[in-house]
Amino acid sequence: MAEALARITQLQDLGMIQIRADLAALGDVIAKAVGVAIPAQTSVSTNGNRSLCWMSHDELLLVLPKPEAVAATAALTDAFGSSHSLALDVSDMRAAFSIDGAKALHVLQKLCPADLASMPQDGMRRTRAAQVACGIWRREGGYVLIGFRSVGDYLRGLLQGAARPGTQLDPR
Amino acid sequence: MLTLTCPCCGISAEETELAPGGEAHLKRFGPGSSDDEFESYLFARKNPKGVHFERWRHAYGCGKWFLAARDTVTLEVFGTYKAQTPYPTPEIVAAIQAKRPDWKPDWHQPSVNTTTTPAESLTE
Repeated sequence: MAEALARITQLQDLGMIQIRADLAALGDVIAKAVGVAIPAQTSVSTNGNRSLCWMSHDELLLVLPKPEAVAATAALTDAFGSSHSLALDVSDMRAAFSIDGAKALHVLQKLCPADLASMPQDGMRRTRAAQVACGIWRREGGYVLIGFRSVGDYLRGLLQGAARPGTQLDPR
Repeated sequence: MLTLTCPCCGISAEETELAPGGEAHLKRFGPGSSDDEFESYLFARKNPKGVHFERWRHAYGCGKWFLAARDTVTLEVFGTYKAQTPYPTPEIVAAIQAKRPDWKPDWHQPSVNTTTTPAESLTE
């Protein structure tokens, strides 16, 4: 039996905090509160085990170990004070998968209408995987894909199907 | 396949990542307007064979609305620009006229106003 294109693992220990604010005005406040620099447009900035992902002009996603999520949300809310903003722990709202292996890109290329091959090393791409919205960024040896937990089973099935042995995109 | 570059996040998104929003630059006629104006605001659309301005939303991406100028026959895209624009920008008009020398803008732009209106600053 040939080997699967990539190892699909559901990441259970990933905490996520949604941050919505005017990044131009509150960027420094956010960077100080979470200890990670504000990422450039459509990219991810990382410091240790925390990453800030650029989602849109007024939205960031802080990815961190799950046990730290509650404290980090409180720290952000404190730092924002009365300014118009939101820090929300969305760890339980999301399903995250790691796609690892030399052919991880093939798995994603089957599912997403995005040019992931040319995504920079620190890139963040929001797109769709078959019928559901997802976000993708790189990690050591592969990719991380996040989606809504309500469609987590669907995503897992999709990824495992796309990684079936012998289904690589290169000519055989 | 239609590929548009979202002016908000700079990503070139394929048609299925976008949600269409119909014709762009509609002027709203609400309470106090005549029945004819209201009917035309609700129902009358240009539906041209050629250059068309449209609203699109980067639904599977940054989630923002933007405007696009394209040709409905050839699917050629002339450019995309921010939704907070009352009329197609001079760059878009120039890009269209470079490809379609006969094409003329069919709107009458009031004197150029560079100050930001309250509505624009709200949606920026």
